[in-house]
Amino acid sequence: MLAFVIRRLGVMLVTALVLTFVVFFLTNLPPNLEKLARSEGSVRMTDAAVASWLEEHGHTGSVFYRYAEWLGVAPGWVNTDEKGVTRGLCIGQRDDPALAPKFCGIFQGNWGFSTVFKKTVLYSLGKSMAATGWLMLAVMVVMVPIALVIGVLAGMREGSRTDRVLSTFSIATSATPEYVSGVILVALLASPATGLSPVLASWGWIGGKTLFMGTATSAMDHITFWNFALPVATIALYGVGYIARMTRASMTEVMTQQYIRTARLKGVSFRQVVLRHALRNAMIAPFTVIMLQFPYLLNGVVITETLFNYKGFGWMLVTAAGNNDIEMLLGASVVAVIFVLVTQLISDIGYVFLNPRIRLG
Amino acid sequence: MSFLTPESGWADMSEPLSWAAIFGLMAKQFWPVWVALVVTFVLSFRFKRRLGLYGKLFDSPVAIIGFAIVMFWVFTALFANIIMTFDPLAQLGSVKNPLPGAVVPDGAEGQYKWFLLGGDHLARDVFSRMVMGARQVLIIAPAATTFAFLVGITLGLPAGYIGGRLDTALSFLANLVLAFPVILLFYLLVTPEIRNTGIPVALAAILFLIPIAFFAILFQSRFHTSPNKRNLYVGITLVLGLWVYSGLAFNADPLGVWGMDPNLLNVFVSVVFVNAPTVFRIVRGIVMDIKSRDYVAAGQTRGETAWYIMLWEILPNARGPLIVDYCLRIGYTTILLGTLGFFGLGVTPESPDWGSTINAGRKLLSMVPHPAVVPALALMSLVLGLNLLADGLREESLKD
Repeated sequence: MLAFVIRRLGVMLVTALVLTFVVFFLTNLPPNLEKLARSEGSVRMTDAAVASWLEEHGHTGSVFYRYAEWLGVAPGWVNTDEKGVTRGLCIGQRDDPALAPKFCGIFQGNWGFSTVFKKTVLYSLGKSMAATGWLMLAVMVVMVPIALVIGVLAGMREGSRTDRVLSTFSIATSATPEYVSGVILVALLASPATGLSPVLASWGWIGGKTLFMGTATSAMDHITFWNFALPVATIALYGVGYIARMTRASMTEVMTQQYIRTARLKGVSFRQVVLRHALRNAMIAPFTVIMLQFPYLLNGVVITETLFNYKGFGWMLVTAAGNNDIEMLLGASVVAVIFVLVTQLISDIGYVFLNPRIRLG
Repeated sequence: MSFLTPESGWADMSEPLSWAAIFGLMAKQFWPVWVALVVTFVLSFRFKRRLGLYGKLFDSPVAIIGFAIVMFWVFTALFANIIMTFDPLAQLGSVKNPLPGAVVPDGAEGQYKWFLLGGDHLARDVFSRMVMGARQVLIIAPAATTFAFLVGITLGLPAGYIGGRLDTALSFLANLVLAFPVILLFYLLVTPEIRNTGIPVALAAILFLIPIAFFAILFQSRFHTSPNKRNLYVGITLVLGLWVYSGLAFNADPLGVWGMDPNLLNVFVSVVFVNAPTVFRIVRGIVMDIKSRDYVAAGQTRGETAWYIMLWEILPNARGPLIVDYCLRIGYTTILLGTLGFFGLGVTPESPDWGSTINAGRKLLSMVPHPAVVPALALMSLVLGLNLLADGLREESLKD
C-alpha cells in the first residue's frame, strides 16, 4: 500500500512539473510577452524598445531556464541598466539589491504580481479560491445526495417505471451543459420580463421584481438563498445525471448478485435488502466517480462564475487569460493542476481502501 | 395548411404573431426536414431486418426518439438554405432585440414578414441563426469526433495489445492531457497569438497524419500477401490522404479543393486533442480484455502479424462499445464547441454557431431572454438526442 502511494505520488509530481512547464511555455510565447511589454511599458514602443524591455525584465533566454527561475530552483535574474538601477526577479521596488535573496520562485512563495488585479498573485488567488470553495461546497451538498438517491432508486428495480423516468431525467441533465441550464434558469426564474417572476410579482407573492437574483456578485460578501441558488443549481444539474447513472449501474450490478437473492429467499424484506445488503457495495464505484467529477466541476465553475458574475477562481482564470495576465494565469494553473491531480490520487487510494477485493502487489 | 399562409387573411401582416402562429409557421418552414424524416423512417422500418445494428435501433423506443431528434438536426443542417427565413448575418432594421413574432420593419416585396423567434441585439433573425448554427455544429462536431477516434484507436490498439514500455509511455501522455483542466487548455491553445507561433499547425501535422497511417496499415496488414491489391489500396489511401492532408494541415493543397480557415483549424485541433486521450483509454481497456480470447490466440498461431490481429480481429469485435461511445462523444464535442463559443474563443463574432450566440445573448439575458434561450434549447436537444441514441444502442447491443 505504502509503495503504491509513493509511486503514485512520484508520477503525480512528474505530471505536475510537465503540465506547469507546458503552461509556462504557452503563456510565455513571444507574442504574449510582446503584448505584456506594450501593456506594461507603452503602447507605441518600437520593436527595439520592446526587445530591450523584455531583456531588462528577464524575459529573454532559454525557456527552460526561465521556468526554473519561476519555480525557484535556479537563481533569479538580475540586471543593471545604463542608469545604474538594478532590477531583479527577487528585488522589490525599494529593497536593497545587496540584501535580496538569490532564489525566489513559487517554491519560495513568490508567485508574482497580477497586472490586472494590481495585487500579489497569492492574495488574489486566496480570495477567489475562498469564494469558489463556498460555491463548490454548496454544489456538493446539493448534488451528491440527490444523485445517489436517484441512482439507488433507479437501480434497485431495473426496468421498472421509476427506473425509466429517473434514467431519462439523468440523461436529460447530462445533456444540459452549464451555459444552457444557466441561461434557461435565469430566463425562467430571474427575469422580470419572462418566466415565473412576473406572474408571482403580479400575485404579490414576491416583494422584488424577480424570484431569484440573476447575478451572484452580492454573494461575494453575503451568501443568501436568493443570490446563490441559481449558480449552485446550474452546476449541480449537469453533474447529477452522470453520478446518478454511475450509481444506477453499480446498484443494478449488485442487485443481481447471489447474496442478494439469498437474503431475499431467507425472507429479509426488500427495504432491508436494499439498505443493509446492497447499498454498501453499490457505493464503491460512485465514490470514484464523485472524486473524478471534481475536475469537471472546475469547468462548470468557470462557466457559471462567468455567467453569474461571481468573482471566484473561474472568473479570475477567465479574466487573467483574457487580459494576458501571465503570472496570475500561471498561479491559477498551478492550483488547477494540483487540484485535479490530488482528486485523482484520492480517488485511486479511496477505491483501493473501499474495495477489499483489490490487492496491490 | 392554407390557414397558415398570410394571403388567407388569417394573419394580419402588420400585427405581431401569436405563439400558436409562430409554431405553425416554424413547422411550415421546416417542411423539407419533415419530408426527409418521414422518408427515412418509412424506409428504415420497411427494411429493418436487413439493416444489422442500424435496423435494431428501431426496436427500442428510446433509440427511436433519440434518432429522430438527431436526424431532425442533421436534415436541418442539410437543408438550412431552404429553411432559414433571412440571411443569418443580415441586420434587419434598427430596433434592438425584437420580440418573437414581431413584424420586420420596411420589408421589401417577397421578403419574409416576421422575426419568427425574435431578433438579437443587432436585429438579426434568431430563427435563421439557429438553423445556420446547426450546420456549423454538425460539420465540426462529427468530424472532430471521427478524428479523435482514429487517433485514439491507432494509439490505443498497440498500447493495449503490445503493452510494456509503449503502453507506459502512451498512457502517461494520455493522463497528462486528461489532467489538464479543459478550459485552461482552450484558453492557452485557442488564441489568435498562438497562430503566429505555428503550434496549431504543428499539432495538426502530427494529429492528421495518424488517420492516414491508420488506413495505410489497415490495408497493408490485410493485403500484404497479394501485392497487386495492396499497392492499389495503400496507393489510393496515400494519394487521397496526403492530398487532403496538405490542404487541411498546411492550407497548401495544390488543387485548392481542401482548405481550412486558420481559426477553425485551431478549434478543430484543440477539440481532437482533448478527446483523443479518452478514446485511447477506452480502446486500450477493451483490447486488454479481448486479447486473451481464443480467436486472438488462433490468429497468433496461424502466424498473423500483430497489426492484422489488432485491426482485423480485435477492432471489429470492439465495435459495440465504441459505437455507443462515438454517439456520446459527438454530444460531448458539441458541448465543448459550445463552451469555446461561449468564451468567444476561436470564432468570428458574427458566427451563428450556438455557443457564441448564447454568449452574445447573455448580456441582456434577464431583460430579453430569447436570443440566448433559442440556441441554448437547440444545443440541449441535439445533445439529448445523441445521448438517448447512445443509450438505446447500448441496450440493443447488450441483447446479443
